[in-house]
Amino acid sequence: MHIVVCIKQVPDSAQIRVHPVTNTIMRQGVPTIINPYDLFALEEALQVRNRYGGEVTVLTMGPPMAEQALRKALTHGADRAVLLTDRHFAGSDTLATSYALSQAVAKIGESYGAPDIVFTGKQTIDGDTAQVGPGIAKRLNLQQLTYVTKIVSIDPTSRELMVERHAESGTQMLKSTLPCLITVLEGVNAIRRGSLDDAFRAARSPVLKWGAADAGIGELTKCGLRGSPTVVKRVFAPGPRAEKAMQMDINDKTLAEVAADTVAAIFAREPVLERKLTSHGDR
Amino acid sequence: MTKSKFDAIVIGAGMSGNAAAYSMARRGLKVLQLERGEHSGSKNVQGAILYANMLEAIIPNFRDDAPLERHLVEQRFWLMDDSSHTGVHYRSDDFNELKPNRYTIIRAQFDKWFSSKVREAGGTVLCETTATKLARDRSGSVIGVYTDREGGVILADVVVLAEGVNGLLGTRAGLRDMPKPENVALAVKEMHFMPEEVIAERFGLTGGEGCVIEAGGTISRGMAGLGFLYTNKESISVGIGCLVSGLAESMENPYRLLDAFKQHPSIRPLLAGSEIKEYAAHLIPEGGFKAIPQLFGNGWVVVGDAAQLNNAVHREGSNLAMTSGLMAGEAIFQIKSRGGLMTKHNLSLYKGMLDKSFVMKDLMKHKDLPSLLHTDSHNFLMTYPTLISQAAQNFVRVDGAPKINREKATAASFINARSRWGLISDAVRSAVSWR
Amino acid sequence: MVARKNETPANAVGRASSGKKLLKCFEDHRHVWVFMELERGKVHPVSIELLGEGRRLADKLGVQLAGVILGSSEGVGTKPAIEEAFAYGADIAYLVESPLLANYRNEPFTKALTDLVTTHKPEILLLGATTLGRDLAGAVATTLQTGLTADCTELDVDGDGSLAATRPTFGGSLLCTIYTLNSRPQMATVRSRVMATPQRADKPIGRVIQHELTMVEEAIVTKVLAFLCNDGSEQSNLANSDIVVGGGLGLGAAGNLQHLRNLATTIGGGVGCSRPLVQKGWMPADRQIGQSGHTIRPKLYIAAGISGAVQHRVGVEGADLIVAINLDQKAPIFDFAHIGVVACALEFLPALTEAFARRMPPHNSIKGMDRGRLDDQE
Repeated sequence: MHIVVCIKQVPDSAQIRVHPVTNTIMRQGVPTIINPYDLFALEEALQVRNRYGGEVTVLTMGPPMAEQALRKALTHGADRAVLLTDRHFAGSDTLATSYALSQAVAKIGESYGAPDIVFTGKQTIDGDTAQVGPGIAKRLNLQQLTYVTKIVSIDPTSRELMVERHAESGTQMLKSTLPCLITVLEGVNAIRRGSLDDAFRAARSPVLKWGAADAGIGELTKCGLRGSPTVVKRVFAPGPRAEKAMQMDINDKTLAEVAADTVAAIFAREPVLERKLTSHGDR
Repeated sequence: MTKSKFDAIVIGAGMSGNAAAYSMARRGLKVLQLERGEHSGSKNVQGAILYANMLEAIIPNFRDDAPLERHLVEQRFWLMDDSSHTGVHYRSDDFNELKPNRYTIIRAQFDKWFSSKVREAGGTVLCETTATKLARDRSGSVIGVYTDREGGVILADVVVLAEGVNGLLGTRAGLRDMPKPENVALAVKEMHFMPEEVIAERFGLTGGEGCVIEAGGTISRGMAGLGFLYTNKESISVGIGCLVSGLAESMENPYRLLDAFKQHPSIRPLLAGSEIKEYAAHLIPEGGFKAIPQLFGNGWVVVGDAAQLNNAVHREGSNLAMTSGLMAGEAIFQIKSRGGLMTKHNLSLYKGMLDKSFVMKDLMKHKDLPSLLHTDSHNFLMTYPTLISQAAQNFVRVDGAPKINREKATAASFINARSRWGLISDAVRSAVSWR
Repeated sequence: MVARKNETPANAVGRASSGKKLLKCFEDHRHVWVFMELERGKVHPVSIELLGEGRRLADKLGVQLAGVILGSSEGVGTKPAIEEAFAYGADIAYLVESPLLANYRNEPFTKALTDLVTTHKPEILLLGATTLGRDLAGAVATTLQTGLTADCTELDVDGDGSLAATRPTFGGSLLCTIYTLNSRPQMATVRSRVMATPQRADKPIGRVIQHELTMVEEAIVTKVLAFLCNDGSEQSNLANSDIVVGGGLGLGAAGNLQHLRNLATTIGGGVGCSRPLVQKGWMPADRQIGQSGHTIRPKLYIAAGISGAVQHRVGVEGADLIVAINLDQKAPIFDFAHIGVVACALEFLPALTEAFARRMPPHNSIKGMDRGRLDDQE
């Protein structure tokens, strides 16, 4: 089987801070990580490979330093890594990204065998849209299976697979056919620590670097800013509410006193709540 | 791809480890380097000052692409009491030479660069991989290492232990003892960011010039310690370190010492308006010559901080680390090229090279200073700074008292504090230790 | 798609906004559509919320609001959903009824919706950001090669009629407003509870435009074999709770969450947390309060040790009363809380619990009132 996993290198958003005065993002020194949701996808891919045989190729679209993320993925055990990097991709929204990535996946297929499954994470922690996976599926005509919690079985001969899919009020049992695109729900597995062999392979493997031309991307108008129908016009921090928070007086008071004051303040503003909580024998 | 046998495994990708790995890989040896951090430098903390002379011996053209902050043109030594400092400054345009002698660097970036050089030279570097145990043959010679990754033992002719001051591999294997608290300092530092122009303005620097302040005195509350302030391009590294034994005795918190140092009226204006972006702590070997462990054995050598090769008096460590790594690499290459085995006897070549170099010579020269400072730190770091500060003030203040009276007052203060005998003894002991 | 003439290098935003004008072929796209998600014939609450918001946008634009219903005649059929569409303000209902649409699958739903869109050309298409909605929206947007903005916390229309979709960005530390300038429809998804629930008004069924789904079951590759309903007790009911108590990193350690639970038990509230706690594994994902977790609209929300990053703020702003406890007086949460207490959350929570308990008769802390689930006995 040939499995392709699309990952993204993202800033560790837990560590992004906004400058209190200028409201700009303090991006210096924020470490980059593999989008945590993608690790679940990678682990699922590795498990499928180990179970059914084959290869895992990891692909990312990003600036040159995204190579670090690919090396990490190789260390976890992926067999091959491709970095899709080109200044023409700068400013891509999800539509433009899914275009570039789907072209690259097709090219990977030409060179290394058509992929049977394309995995992506559920969403990214910096974009949070969950749109690129479905976009790739549509463009490559892959069966789209999102929010998959478990791959129950794959029959390599009949090319049929069964998965469990997380829905709002329950779980769907779906039967489908390869090739397909699967987005994996978080928490379904834990990414393994690569063995020495994996680490050596990662250290020695070249990361294939493809520009737009290498990936067979002909229509540059579909990439980057030009290929992005959505446009960010404004980035801002929400202002404080007009009415300021009433700060409880903590000077020269015990915690118990402040707590009592707080409860009184809450009840003063929410008399209905006060009635419900303080009255006797209410249902 | 299975792992085959290596000529050498280097444990650690810090200064000494990178120097060793690079020098061997460059010579065509099959080198594996294991680093437990996410990348080279992620576990290292240093001021940091780079000594160009030693790096030139390893990578002559490092200035082409190494990330360097500022080249140093001014050095300030300050003796501080709580509200003042008395200092000696040396600044010279001579340091604006074609190949400057010292630079400030930021280790996180510098180590990454150095590590890329190791890879370019053909070394294999595995990060996030910790060597957990030395592998030995029946005779007890080291033949490889086990790691925390699945896959068994990696074999090599020799293991170079560049694992740092609190490295566990060598100590667990009984090759050396854990460093004693009186032989290790705990240093804490912060990086304060401010615009390049502000730094230039504040320190009178042009272009890539840099300045270094090193300070001793009451800032370390009587413990043997040193404060420092280095100018980087867009940031200032400020820190303070004290002997661990001192910290344990006094129950002082090094971050509180750093805070007091930053608030000192001489230091605070230099940091005004800055933004703290990073803080870190690290252990520094301080034992000097007398604390150096056995440096070589059957199938192994130890380099850098793990070997306690740190000249605390001249605050030099990274150059000794680099040089020891280079010499270990050279020695191993020489043994290999004449077809020799990595026996204790053969590897003594490494120590021989160290002995002939500035590394051992400098350490030997100052071998008594650590114990002097340790036993008498209160004296030197609390009493003298206050006396000297008062003496300086007496000299500088103009208030109508006759000068002869003022000079007598100064002399009296010294004698009262230390007695004539004490003063002479301090002078003699210092001179002897220095020489 | 679009021919670009004489592109000059300029800063990104400038170039983007100047080079993108609505093509003539999209000028006839009108009206606001809301996709109505069905679960066994019943309309998902988020679709109701979107009808309310859609009505507001349509009024501002002076156009009509349509509800889009894709379902089958099985069970209760599609009639109840159609009634809801008009009851919540729709002028038109678009209907595709087919056995192929009985259970959600991407292929037939994408086909049905895109056919409707290409035929009837809405300018705005809104969907709930549920697993279904997101699965569907991405596929539809890609097919139509149009812009899709996910998880919006605010929608509006500008003077020129374009949809301004606001959502958190940079990991939730800031907000951004996104436009789809040169294609139609402008698509957006919105999570549950972000928009208020509109008033229902009994109205007769209005204009229904029905389409056929020209697909056969045999051509659809993915089949639904079974559906296993969630055992209700596992789910937190934060979204519908009247009182919610939330904990953040200020609590220090997972073990300290007990203080949070004690307070919740005493006053009858649901227990939730900010995103970092889920990331650290201290609490399961369905306890997350915030833009990428649950949006809550309780009467009372007590935030203990939460700094109040934007992505958390947008998840709780609908609360009637927000009480924030944080040791850092500069914490952003005090910018939008109603009552603030600058104190250590760990120390204050027990005191607050005690203060409530003293005001309450003993048995009230056990009996339920109008409160959320207390499955916090972990």
